[in-house]
Amino acid sequence: MMSDDHDHHDGKDDHELRVSKIRDGTVIDHVRGGQALNVLAILGIDGNEGEEVSIGMNVPSDRFARKDIVKVEGRELSQDEVDVLSLIAPDATINIVREYEVIEKHRVERPPAVDGVLTCPNPACISTGDEPVTSRFEVLEEGVRCSYCGTIVRDEIASLIET
Amino acid sequence: MRHDHLITSKQLSRTDIETVLDRAAEIDADRAAVADRHAGTLLGLLFYEPSTRTKMSFETAMKRLGGDIVDMGAVESSSVTKGETLADTVRVIEGYADALVLRHPKQGAATMASEFVDVPLLNAGDGAGHHPTQTLLDLYTIRENAGLDDLTIGIMGDLKYGRTVHSLSYALSNFDTRQHFISPESLQLPREVVYDLHQAQDGTQIREHDSLEEILPSLDVLYVTRIQRERFPDENEYQQVAGEYQIDPETLEDAADDLTVMHPLPRVDEIDPAIDDTDYAAYFEQAHNGVPVRMALLDLLLSDARGEDDE
Repeated sequence: MMSDDHDHHDGKDDHELRVSKIRDGTVIDHVRGGQALNVLAILGIDGNEGEEVSIGMNVPSDRFARKDIVKVEGRELSQDEVDVLSLIAPDATINIVREYEVIEKHRVERPPAVDGVLTCPNPACISTGDEPVTSRFEVLEEGVRCSYCGTIVRDEIASLIET
Repeated sequence: MRHDHLITSKQLSRTDIETVLDRAAEIDADRAAVADRHAGTLLGLLFYEPSTRTKMSFETAMKRLGGDIVDMGAVESSSVTKGETLADTVRVIEGYADALVLRHPKQGAATMASEFVDVPLLNAGDGAGHHPTQTLLDLYTIRENAGLDDLTIGIMGDLKYGRTVHSLSYALSNFDTRQHFISPESLQLPREVVYDLHQAQDGTQIREHDSLEEILPSLDVLYVTRIQRERFPDENEYQQVAGEYQIDPETLEDAADDLTVMHPLPRVDEIDPAIDDTDYAAYFEQAHNGVPVRMALLDLLLSDARGEDDE
């Protein structure tokens, strides 16, 4: 059973026509409205590697009033890669597509920690200086916590995404 | 005790704490017995911030165990001024010494440094973060004066930036304690610390107050801290709160007769010198306890590092 609003091959769902179907790759669905660009940022996808990326923002959804969809052609994202999305898009579903068919579908899961993804907002933290250190955050039930200085961030986690 | 490094008091269990304090008591009772125990051992001191008590008591402790120290000296005369990273500096000094003591202005500095070295590394203060060796000597002093269980303690002053406070409160949550935190609103405990105290398995009791008056009579220990000028981004904010949380003989009129007054020192004017000669004052004893406690800690960590069994 497909989700309420993932690619319908019968074309009845005209909302979906706003975002083209992909042949092989990954569809990240049920992203909270307005977070699509953060999804790409947190995955480190900026188009420089030549990936073909389509984005739908604020499209109508049964589950949310509005949702975003991100489709990455030619790349199957691993569970480890997508779990980091749980920080900003906890309800996201991941669809792995081959030859236009969804062959695998799963939810993002909260990882115990994320490395090299977020920057600590504490200017007095050792991880924000010139040291050869990769940022590391423990993932809490609510928010994240810097493994170096202990700072807890609950809101606006997307603003910490390393660029 | 089995730890490679001492970074935060959060890593210490009740058993770990008691092991160090018991060893400190043994050493304090007979220092001659350990005078050559670590002959030939070198302790590397890396102090990126000023220190008198912590640095000198580590130096004293190592020498009283028969060892010696190598000191990076002032930051101004070191390679740090050439832009060397902390990660590189600790990897170099690790080759000179058997254990390292680090004080650094950045939070998390000791955690990061410990990832780059194999010798035991002791955190002697990382910005507004942790200061676990101070905590152990605080606990030793509390145990000697009031006992660590069924304890009611008031911790007063700069609770936001005071690293000794954070480290002490974590460690006390291993014991049956009621902790009262007294500070102006702008210097209350950081939410990270409150979060951790609430997570503590023994469910230590925590209450926050803006005045000492109401809880003073119930206290066994009053731990006073300096409102630290250097932690304030703004001089006006410092002036506003400085001096609000001082104690003198008049303040203590309602205190229990056996109240113990502690302070990590240096003090500015938080404790009136008129209290120094009363039975309340334990802050100089507390500073002196830094030596046996750091001797015990070095002894345990160095013995571990050499693969010796705990005695």
